[in-house]
Amino acid sequence: MSESSLSSSAYTPTTVYIQPTTGLAALNLRDLWLYRELVWFMLWRDIKVRYKQTALGAAWAILQPVLTMLVFNFLFGNIARMETDGGLPYPIFSYTALLPWGLFSMALNSASRSLTSNQNMITKTYFPRLVLPIASVLGGLLDFAIAFVVLIGMMTYYGITPGIHALWAVPLFLLLAIVTALGVALWLSAINVQYRDVGYALPFLSQFWMFLTPIAYSSRVISEQWQVIYSLNPMAGVVNGFRWALLGVGNPPNLLIAVSAGIALLILVSGLFYFRNMERTFADMI
Amino acid sequence: MSIAIKVENISKRYKIGLASQRFQYGMLRDVLADAAKAPLRLAASLIGRPLEDPGRNAGYIWALQDISFDLEEGKVLGIIGRNGAGKSTLLKILSRVTEPTRGMVTVRGRVGSLLEVGTGFHPELSGRENIYLNGAILGMKRAEIARKFDEIVDFSEVGQFIDTPVKRYSSGMYLRLAFAVAAHLEPEILVVDEVLAVGDAEFQRKCLGKMNDVASQGRTILFVSHNMSAILRLTQESIVLQKGRLVMRGPTPEAVDFYLASGQTQAGERLWSDEEIPASAAPFQPIALRVRDPRGAVSDTLRSVEPITVELEYRLAAPITGLRVGIYLSTVRGEYVFTSFDVDEPALYEQHAVRQAGHYLSKCQIPADLLNEGRYILGINASSFGVKRYFMDENALAFNVDPMGAPGMQWAEPRQGPIRPRLAWVIERD
Repeated sequence: MSESSLSSSAYTPTTVYIQPTTGLAALNLRDLWLYRELVWFMLWRDIKVRYKQTALGAAWAILQPVLTMLVFNFLFGNIARMETDGGLPYPIFSYTALLPWGLFSMALNSASRSLTSNQNMITKTYFPRLVLPIASVLGGLLDFAIAFVVLIGMMTYYGITPGIHALWAVPLFLLLAIVTALGVALWLSAINVQYRDVGYALPFLSQFWMFLTPIAYSSRVISEQWQVIYSLNPMAGVVNGFRWALLGVGNPPNLLIAVSAGIALLILVSGLFYFRNMERTFADMI
Repeated sequence: MSIAIKVENISKRYKIGLASQRFQYGMLRDVLADAAKAPLRLAASLIGRPLEDPGRNAGYIWALQDISFDLEEGKVLGIIGRNGAGKSTLLKILSRVTEPTRGMVTVRGRVGSLLEVGTGFHPELSGRENIYLNGAILGMKRAEIARKFDEIVDFSEVGQFIDTPVKRYSSGMYLRLAFAVAAHLEPEILVVDEVLAVGDAEFQRKCLGKMNDVASQGRTILFVSHNMSAILRLTQESIVLQKGRLVMRGPTPEAVDFYLASGQTQAGERLWSDEEIPASAAPFQPIALRVRDPRGAVSDTLRSVEPITVELEYRLAAPITGLRVGIYLSTVRGEYVFTSFDVDEPALYEQHAVRQAGHYLSKCQIPADLLNEGRYILGINASSFGVKRYFMDENALAFNVDPMGAPGMQWAEPRQGPIRPRLAWVIERD
């Protein structure tokens, strides 16, 4: 599509060729760039609407991880007496992990449904469809930021000061969580257009994935020979990274995190191609 | 003059299953079953005995076939066709919503389409917020929307409610706001589909005015409508689509005539084939609409001075409560002359409160000395008031009225207005 006709006089129309695309269509990131403002608008819409007509409003962004943390604390901290890294108090141990996990699962959930929940946009107008999952994935960042304030409060309470490396490490691990969520969501959202089974499978997928991620427990309970396989789950890398950066426990990023990042990139790139390849049938199938 | 749109051999194939209820969504189960059968099929074809699998290739329909045309910059082209002729599919391809199965379209410039009215509107957001959001979805930049914001609000006439969530809007306000955004997109190519069917008369006038503005600015417009008068007023040239094929291109009056005459198996009779009846019409099945002269002959040329019999043949597959079957009569310019239903008479309505399943003929007579000379269009409507509209075809049948013998024929002048009653004039002198 063309650039805007901001100055109609100086504007020269772009020629667009509409024809069947075959094979792996080009990624057409140029179009995505032209529509970058739409990503922003969709993101803004999702955030504006998210807690409309709720009594507690944005407090939910805090309540969700805090309540989960309390339940975990009761079950795994008090009853099961799960061992934490470096003898940390269980509440902050689990809450630090619940933050990136909350971001990830929310991103995965909303982005996987982003195409089907915006059906009328897809059947009525052209725009790069990638806009929808991208905006959905980014939509969780605000909630993350709100919930992060609570973490800062908890760290002050427990007297934990993160090292200076947290400044670069936290954004980096956040990026890894987002890339993973986007990659998986690209696959699932495209499949969901044709097979609504995704909607039913998604809660289970989130749940299993959460058990495979060291949120309620420490990844040290995984024996040495399984660590490489365990790090195939990029979210394990993210959670351990968060704990290392903010709480100063566990190992600094090593080769295992490279495996996590590699997997995340692989999912993202393959997801992009799959999504682009399916994109041309979205309007007919949805 | 350069070419704005060049359409070359466009075809579009749809899987029929997608439209029907049963296979609304492909089930993973079906695919798995299909995948499991695949090796068998391969083996069978290798030994030269293909497995019986009628569903595999039969389930497609061609919504468009080998459509080619081009349109110069600054021209307005009408697209005419019955339901299911492929108009919407063509517009969807031109606005890049869906890809053609074959062929290529070359488009110079931004395509804005008024099929997108209100796309992405969120009920919880205010009018102001929705203007920005909708503008962005239509491809406008934020600065561009901001610049046109006041103009959009003015046009939509929702001024004082602009900060109210649109879920509190009336449907008219909602529509006006949506149209206002789309109308201010200022694309090089504008695609308009039937939006004018909604909204009140005043707003429709405004929309048509806006389209005229756009056209006079030298932009290219594709206009789809069932409203022949709008097509005639706004376009000089039109194409006619029939069952996915382009069957005619010509000056709009000729194209409209061609369209109205098509589908009539014989002059003065219109028959409906099964594929022309949407699934939503059930249990109502239109069969035929005919006009007859007083001698009972079916003809498309009738006399103003004689009564005209209109008969509608249909079948009900199941009983319908409160059914009324009726006709619209309008001129080719799209002005309505009258509307009449078979149970307008309260006594008849009582008697046919529930219409049983069966084969029916609803007949009426248009009295002599009523219609002026010219060409008229009969439309039909079958509905239960306030419950459901089963079937409607506003352009079912066209016929001519010959004025021979009508009042005032001694002067060779056209008489204004669609009716030509024989009035009992009295001239008095004191």
